Amino acid sequence: MRADHPNREGRWAWRLTGAITVCVYIFMFAPILATVVLSFNASMFGGFPLTGFSLRWYEKLLTNEPVLDAFRTSMWIALVTATVTTLLGIMAALALVRFEFRGKQAINTLVILPALVPETILGVGLLVMIKAVDQPRSMTLLVLGHILLTLPYVVLIVQARMVGIKRSYEEAALSLGAPRVSTFREITLPLLIPAVLASVLLAFTISFDNTSASLFWRPAGVETMPTQILSMLKISISPEVNALGTVMILLTVGIPLAGGLVLQSLTWFKAGK
Amino acid sequence: MTKGWKLYDQRLAWVLVAPVLLLLTLLLLLPIAMMTVYTFFTFVTAGVESAVLTFDNWKEFLTDSYYHGFLWKTVRVGAITAVICAILGYFPAYFIWATTFRHKWLLLLLLIVPFWISFTIRTFSWIHILGEQGLINVVLIRLGVINEPLPMLYTEGAVIMGLLHFLLPYMILNVYVSLESIDRTLIAAARSMGCTSAQAFREVTLPLSMPGLGAGLLLCFVLAAGSYVTPQLLGGSRDALFGNLIYDTIMGQLNWPMGATLSIVLFVLLGAAAAAYSRYMGLSQIMKGLSA
Repeated sequence: MRADHPNREGRWAWRLTGAITVCVYIFMFAPILATVVLSFNASMFGGFPLTGFSLRWYEKLLTNEPVLDAFRTSMWIALVTATVTTLLGIMAALALVRFEFRGKQAINTLVILPALVPETILGVGLLVMIKAVDQPRSMTLLVLGHILLTLPYVVLIVQARMVGIKRSYEEAALSLGAPRVSTFREITLPLLIPAVLASVLLAFTISFDNTSASLFWRPAGVETMPTQILSMLKISISPEVNALGTVMILLTVGIPLAGGLVLQSLTWFKAGK
Repeated sequence: MTKGWKLYDQRLAWVLVAPVLLLLTLLLLLPIAMMTVYTFFTFVTAGVESAVLTFDNWKEFLTDSYYHGFLWKTVRVGAITAVICAILGYFPAYFIWATTFRHKWLLLLLLIVPFWISFTIRTFSWIHILGEQGLINVVLIRLGVINEPLPMLYTEGAVIMGLLHFLLPYMILNVYVSLESIDRTLIAAARSMGCTSAQAFREVTLPLSMPGLGAGLLLCFVLAAGSYVTPQLLGGSRDALFGNLIYDTIMGQLNWPMGATLSIVLFVLLGAAAAAYSRYMGLSQIMKGLSA
């Protein structure tokens, strides 16, 4: 595959690299594949060997009220989180890229921090906070926590895109007398759209998937999708969990892939014109 | 334009950044400050503590070997995971960077896909590989190699395996990003000066990809040492890590002052690792890695 390895030693090293790469990719996907395959297994137990093809675990899933409830809860939380975080993230990225002000470096670091601090610590922190002001755990707390967790990624994505948008476009509009808000709406926002879509998707998936911190923050009796899976796993690994996992994989991999394809074809379409 | 305000007026910047700043102050800085105060509170009984200041929690942490064991195990598992990630992750990163394969984007996309799959699902899927009814045991028994299933699940090895599975994409992407930033003519120059490909790799490529490798090591260590779900699902009761200890202390024993103390210990430990790293490398590499 690579041309510039004339000597034998180099060729062997390259083959070894290729072989390890293949092994790493197998390592990454084999367990997931096993889960998907086992979800169609007819056996009463969640493991191997395969005994026959069946869709009954999917049927059972559709009537499992706790699972459907958890799914709805997670959807709501993820939607609200994605919307709010993207809005806040765009504002912050705008300030951090376009403006010079004191303390900018400190804020830049502060914004990244929630991605580097372990979730257990963020989890305990918020709980200690509301305990000090004598408030019970609530959905608001859970959503606020998810906004905190997703913020670094959104700011980073929007910042990266904003750096590539020339100031002169905005300055041209402003100098022609456009108000700031319409300048943002007509010039900046359209150029930012790919980053906005990426942010919404990423914030949505991070929120939907969050486990450790949600275990701390969820109000009593509320299950999100991942905590529901965890509590199902406490009993045993049932074929139903495999089916649920497969549905989730289809959703969380399918949605971004479809989004990416749509975006790709849009730019392709535009370029074609 | 807002009347009387300059084009890039500082005031406007503060207005834009204010909501985020408020959020981070209330949900990140203040809680960490409160936790620090809580470590000096007195534990009365489950769920109850009094604001009488004491050093008891710190004394208990510093003298009880129960906690030292957890700390040491967490550091050990985190370090082992990070090092294996670095060794296993460098090869794919180098391969993707150096290959002339036309659909390189596919290899990169496959590294991003795991980020979209629920972490809980990725973790429990290892039960199907390592468990008593897992792929390895079922195949080995069928082949007659073993009679009894091997006890692989609920061990420290299984925890490390799960962590590797979760962290390898982070490592590979970090190394790949720093390889991409290398000026390829440098390698061609080294070769034309008579370096073998191995020498060129050792003298040029490897040192120049160090920032990515370092960022990957830090990220993997921090995320592994802070993990909760992986030891919970794949480890036995003796394989719990610091995150599990914190969860049990707060949610199980309802001992908030001790839970806060343990949280601050973990925070300081991982913060020290990050500070040591940023002294040598700067945090900018991490940001590159996160946004990759």
